[in-house]
Amino acid sequence: MKLKEILAQLNIFAQCKKYGLPLWQCPNFLFLLMGLIIIGSTLGVYLIGSRYVQDPQVVALITLLVTAILFIIAFIVTRSFERLVEANRMKSEFISVVSHQLRSPLSNLRWVIELLMSGRFGKIEEKQTEYFKILKENNARMEELVSDLLTVSRIETATLPLKKKEISLEELIKELISEFEPFAKASNVEIELKSEPNLPKIFADPFQIRLVIENLLDNAIRYIKDKGKVEIKLGKRGESLYFEIKDNGVGIPKEDQKYIFQKFFRSENIMRYQTQGSGLGLFIAKAIVEKSGEKIGFESEEGKGSTFWFALPLK
Amino acid sequence: MKKILFIEDESALQKTFGDILRQEGYEMISALDGEIGLRLANPPAGGGKPDLILLDLILPKIHGFEVLKRLKTDKETKDIPVIVLTSLEGIGDVDKVLGLGATTYLVKAQYGLEEVVEKIKKALGE
Repeated sequence: MKLKEILAQLNIFAQCKKYGLPLWQCPNFLFLLMGLIIIGSTLGVYLIGSRYVQDPQVVALITLLVTAILFIIAFIVTRSFERLVEANRMKSEFISVVSHQLRSPLSNLRWVIELLMSGRFGKIEEKQTEYFKILKENNARMEELVSDLLTVSRIETATLPLKKKEISLEELIKELISEFEPFAKASNVEIELKSEPNLPKIFADPFQIRLVIENLLDNAIRYIKDKGKVEIKLGKRGESLYFEIKDNGVGIPKEDQKYIFQKFFRSENIMRYQTQGSGLGLFIAKAIVEKSGEKIGFESEEGKGSTFWFALPLK
Repeated sequence: MKKILFIEDESALQKTFGDILRQEGYEMISALDGEIGLRLANPPAGGGKPDLILLDLILPKIHGFEVLKRLKTDKETKDIPVIVLTSLEGIGDVDKVLGLGATTYLVKAQYGLEEVVEKIKKALGE
């Protein structure tokens, strides 16, 4: 092993960054911490031993033995932990590579469908258009899933790009509402935005915030059964901007509520098999909001609807 | 007739773009890796240089970043507009590509075929 590699191994901060973990969860840091605990325990054993045991050789032997046992335990525990973390990192990397490899052919498939549907290479019959639409929708679903998987992989490896700038959350929400309007209309859902006047701008990554609101808005519309309303409230609470989205949809069964932010989890409500989704949206939303140091939560009652909320720091 | 060089290792994508660009009245030449791409961008005397280059980033032999860097540092090719069309969408990648002198950065998943064609026309000043 070259000196450079050894030094890189000793750089705890770089190693922890590689795993995308906070310091207190990082195996390299924990190993260092265990080292300090071992030193403390060794000194403790020595002090106690020398007080109760007369023979200094026996004290030394006991101290050495305790130190060795502690060191072996610490090594085994941190090593197994490191393996787990490494396996998780490799899994995220695998998802990232596979997703990237899938993106090009999926884009090409979408372009080919667009090309055929455009009629540039000959007239398309009505029945053919129907099937092209099915192809297009399914392709869009696959592209969305790949995109979500990539985002999750980036969150887990702490490589989700962050480009903060001053943004108006109200403007962003209005943009999204207008983008979702056709979907809402087709689902018989009315969207209403109630925003406090003169709200300050926030300093955040617009792409990430967009992902959070997109996922919440999409769920709110998607889980309304026949006809309904989605209400969005935006206001200031202390040093945060508070966002709330309320729907009168099918709601989340009580027993499912604790799993709702977990990856790939989809509630067993009555819409489970009528709606499409990867089960990644809420996981992504939670990770992004919590990364900003704020919180996300919800209240829901089956058959009555759900209210999701999150806050974002003003500064 | 304006000539477009498409440096992309997926032949299916080459065919799709070849068909639509020819229909739009352009000549399209293909390169399936970075090495051939650089050669076609600056052919020996007699061969015409392309008016625009459409470049993927993940390429065999020579990576797209390196292809772009060489294109933009060679006095023979530095003025040819380059549109990067890729699956990579990291902010670092976008900044790097634009810093190297690309005209536009397009993420494949975010654009429709007609939109890409519009970007090509715009880059050609049409």
